[in-house]
Amino acid sequence: MADRVEGPDVRSVLADALDAVAAASSLEELRAATNAATGKRGSLTALKSSLGREPDPDRRREAGRVVNDAMAALNAAVEGRERAIKELSFAGAVEADRMDLTEVILQGQSRRGRMHLVTQAIERLEDVFVGLGFRVAEGPEVETDFHNFEALNMPPSHPARSMWDTLFVESDPEGSVVLRTHTSPVQIRVMQEWPPPIYAIMPGRVFRKETPDATHMPVFYQIEGLVVDRDITFAHLAGTIEAFTKAFFGDTFTSRLRPSYFPFTEPSAEFDIRRHDGSWMELGGCGMVHPRVLQAAGLDPEEWGGFAFGFGIDRMAKERHGVEDIREMYSNDVRFLEQFP
Amino acid sequence: MRILLSILREMADVPDDVDTLVRAMNNLGMTVESVEETGRPVAGVVSARIVRMEKHPDAAKVTRCWVDAGDGAERHVWCGATNMTEGDTVPLATLGTVMPDGREISRRGILGIDSEGMLCSPVELGLSDDAAGLLILPRGCPLGVDPFVILGSEPDTVFDLDLTRNHPDCWGHLGVARELAAHFGVTLRGAPTSGVSVGPELEIPLTVTAGDRCGMFSAVALSGVTVGPSPSWVASRLSRLGMRPINNVVDASNLVMLELNQPNHAYDLDVVSSFDVRLAAEGEKVVTLDGAERNVTAEELLICNAGSGDAVGIAGIMGGLHSEVTGSTTRLALEVAWFEPDHIRFSVNRLNLRSEASVRFERGVDPDGVNGAVARFATILRETCPELVVHGGHSRVDTPALPVAVTVAVRTSRVERTLGILPDGNEMARLLEPIGFMVRPTADGAMVTVPTWRPDCTEEIDIVEEIARHHGYDALGKSVPKSVVHGHLTEMQTRRRLLRRVLVGLGLDEVMPMPFLAPGDLDSAGLGSGEHLRIANPLVAEESILRTSLRPGLLSTVRYNQSHRNERIGLWEMGHVYPPGSGQLPDETEQLGVVIAGADVSAALGVWTAVADALSVGAQLDQSRVPPGLHPTRSASLARGRKVVGAVGEIHPAVLDRLGIEGRVAVLELDLTVLLNENPKAVQARPVNRFPSSDLDLAFVLPGGVSASDLHRALRQAGGTRVVSVMLFDVYRGPGLADGTRSLAFRLRLQEDGSTVNDRTVADVREACRVAAAKLGAELRG
Repeated sequence: MADRVEGPDVRSVLADALDAVAAASSLEELRAATNAATGKRGSLTALKSSLGREPDPDRRREAGRVVNDAMAALNAAVEGRERAIKELSFAGAVEADRMDLTEVILQGQSRRGRMHLVTQAIERLEDVFVGLGFRVAEGPEVETDFHNFEALNMPPSHPARSMWDTLFVESDPEGSVVLRTHTSPVQIRVMQEWPPPIYAIMPGRVFRKETPDATHMPVFYQIEGLVVDRDITFAHLAGTIEAFTKAFFGDTFTSRLRPSYFPFTEPSAEFDIRRHDGSWMELGGCGMVHPRVLQAAGLDPEEWGGFAFGFGIDRMAKERHGVEDIREMYSNDVRFLEQFP
Repeated sequence: MRILLSILREMADVPDDVDTLVRAMNNLGMTVESVEETGRPVAGVVSARIVRMEKHPDAAKVTRCWVDAGDGAERHVWCGATNMTEGDTVPLATLGTVMPDGREISRRGILGIDSEGMLCSPVELGLSDDAAGLLILPRGCPLGVDPFVILGSEPDTVFDLDLTRNHPDCWGHLGVARELAAHFGVTLRGAPTSGVSVGPELEIPLTVTAGDRCGMFSAVALSGVTVGPSPSWVASRLSRLGMRPINNVVDASNLVMLELNQPNHAYDLDVVSSFDVRLAAEGEKVVTLDGAERNVTAEELLICNAGSGDAVGIAGIMGGLHSEVTGSTTRLALEVAWFEPDHIRFSVNRLNLRSEASVRFERGVDPDGVNGAVARFATILRETCPELVVHGGHSRVDTPALPVAVTVAVRTSRVERTLGILPDGNEMARLLEPIGFMVRPTADGAMVTVPTWRPDCTEEIDIVEEIARHHGYDALGKSVPKSVVHGHLTEMQTRRRLLRRVLVGLGLDEVMPMPFLAPGDLDSAGLGSGEHLRIANPLVAEESILRTSLRPGLLSTVRYNQSHRNERIGLWEMGHVYPPGSGQLPDETEQLGVVIAGADVSAALGVWTAVADALSVGAQLDQSRVPPGLHPTRSASLARGRKVVGAVGEIHPAVLDRLGIEGRVAVLELDLTVLLNENPKAVQARPVNRFPSSDLDLAFVLPGGVSASDLHRALRQAGGTRVVSVMLFDVYRGPGLADGTRSLAFRLRLQEDGSTVNDRTVADVREACRVAAAKLGAELRG
């Protein structure tokens, strides 16, 4: 039966169409080849439409199957060819896209900005103290004589005032306004404004009338800590300093307190940090808040007690990063800043 | 304060181990700054006689010496000193000797002629600060012998102490020895004194007319004095403590001060036989010991010769030249006094004249130290003046200014609340009596009488500190308080940290310029010379103005970095400014300043939009209000109605020119006191509209004077809720458009809630936008 169908004709038409598809080297040629076979006037389309002229239903069905198979075979070939052509063109396009990435990275060097070493140190210190249960308080940098000295147990012309070389702001009465010489006036403001118990640190900028050298700046940074609570003893001061030391520097560090003198604390101490190589670094001053200071801030020293401590932030940053000359940290030279991500 | 180990051990049996002493002094609050070994023999240094000397024609500055060190061999040594002659015996450091400064003596030659050692000066041997020439040993001393043995010089240790403002007693060895004796539990002997024959009464008439400045003035007469050099132990102590030996009288006086913290002054009694202690007359002049003629104010207290009326010294600070002890002096008037510490301090500052005596008086000396000082003075002086007589009738005037012993009630409960330990009265006595406090136990603690040499102790808490020191800070323990407070940053502090990270993420570096400006800096930066505060006592005039803006500091930082050819100058600062306020303090606020060199306003706007987004804050760009110093056509205030919270734009070209800055500089300034303290509410979620959206592109021709944001706002309003976004995607100026006009193309995204957008809606929006734009004078194109 099969040989009575126009089989050889379908086969040769299909073969021609398949050849054309295989020969297509671009999507346009492929579309043209496909069109020549299955388009409106295509060779296979023509065969398909001739089927209607076959009177015998069985033979018509059979011929239809053969043509459909041929169509399917052609479609499969077209798909395959399309994939192959695209792959080839991708390969070409990708090759054309080739870039030397090192050229790009060398040209387009970009980096994050930098936070100043002092800001980095402040944030680290804040994080450690927040972890120890402290809050962060702030105060003005231009202060009254009352907050900077008098409330800190240094009445006018108290000899201890000479411990700080003070920069005064022109004011009336003369000498009543200063650039704060330490962050301690913030203690007074906190005690005046926050109800106890108080666990606070106070980082900030301080000022001294000092000629800049490798270890001194007229403008630098300190951090102050203040605890006011019931039943606070010297042991709590030593324990807090120790906890801070270990949290900030590492478990191998320890601390010690040595007697010292500050008008606003009594007993007063210097505190030193012992590095793991056994050497000591003087860090700052501390002590039990003087009863007169509590009184000046409106707290009853028979009810409340407390301790305070303070140290230089610049020094810690200097120590941590091996900065030899503190003036370098304030040169604001981009070449210095960019070293510290 | 320099302290000699030998004097401490003379006063008390403290340990001689240096490390033990250093630890003890540190733990007692006397910080040991340095420890210096003095007078230690240097192995390899021997006495040698200079046999002959010769100059070399080619080496004018050095001398060739041949020396005999007693071993028969003659050594040749080059020597740079000039104070020696043939026959002198001098110290020779032989080859291989390691000097106190670590230098090793080698066969270093000059002109090819070797040196077989080095002749030494006192400073090279660590004997004294004398570097003027060779140490010349006594004639006839043995050769080849350690010169320290010849000089009878004992090795000693000098501790340099950094003393605190309290503890005036530790400005003398006695105070340090007392602290250490208590610490080590040994007896305090004090300075040795021997009996001195007491002569007939010889009263020295005294008057004190400024009793508030002088609490006590006393003078004792001594006779049988022969002025000459001090014994070597006195001279050695003084030079090791940093004072130059003068003669036996002055040296005894100085040593008493250093040992007992009791300044005193010896006058020639035949010159000054009566004293008047009075305030200076206006315009009075005093010639002090250092030879300087000083103008004193009427505030200064003078010691005067009551006979002549002439000043013989400035009280507590410095003696006068003309009453000095001379070689012919045979009788002395020894002054021991107590001057009011504040008065001395003010006087020192007024005169800008400091002395070993004034340092001690201004801290407070023992008002009860006269007898000890006189006895020690006489003991020292008698070594060189065996005929010394101390006359009776010791004259003394006390005034109400003289402090009296204070007694303080100390509660055990206060000690416990401060230190966490519970000493009863007896335990307080155990800790305090060895340092001179008298303790009388009571039911709830003790009554504690403060020794006269501790004027710093006036109230209970001062005694608590003494208890803590002698109990030992270490022994008070370490524990962490049990706090009910939880630690956190405030919202404002968290926002400040976020802002820092945004700026850093934009590649900008933080700088910290000085907050002080020079006069004219604000003006140069185009900020006008308006109101600002000045520092009353600036270090330098260039740092005498308190800044009212971060801009001058940032611009000078830009210039600095440009001058060093640095790349990528994008800087920010967060800091305070201090414009004058209405109250006592300035109107201090925290500001952010950003400057980007070589960038235009679009960079500044980029920073502003990133910051505004991060902080959830907003403000209108008001180009009609350009802050001073900014580029007039490329800058804007960041406004909220009438309130201005910042500025964005570029620095005015005239300012850049004046400051020598190259290229454009983009700038952003924000008032952080406002923006960081805003606390935006938590954003409430809106469901995402998933119906399809449709875009409508509209281009308009704008006349000059209409801003993009005016049109943008009009389009949004005209579009209503169906328009979910209006994006400016193209700006065109040029051919086809009239001068001064431009074309802005916006893409409107339309979306309905509950249905797709139909053509009708698109047409409606387009028409509404056309009408709204036309009202602004903008014409829809195409």
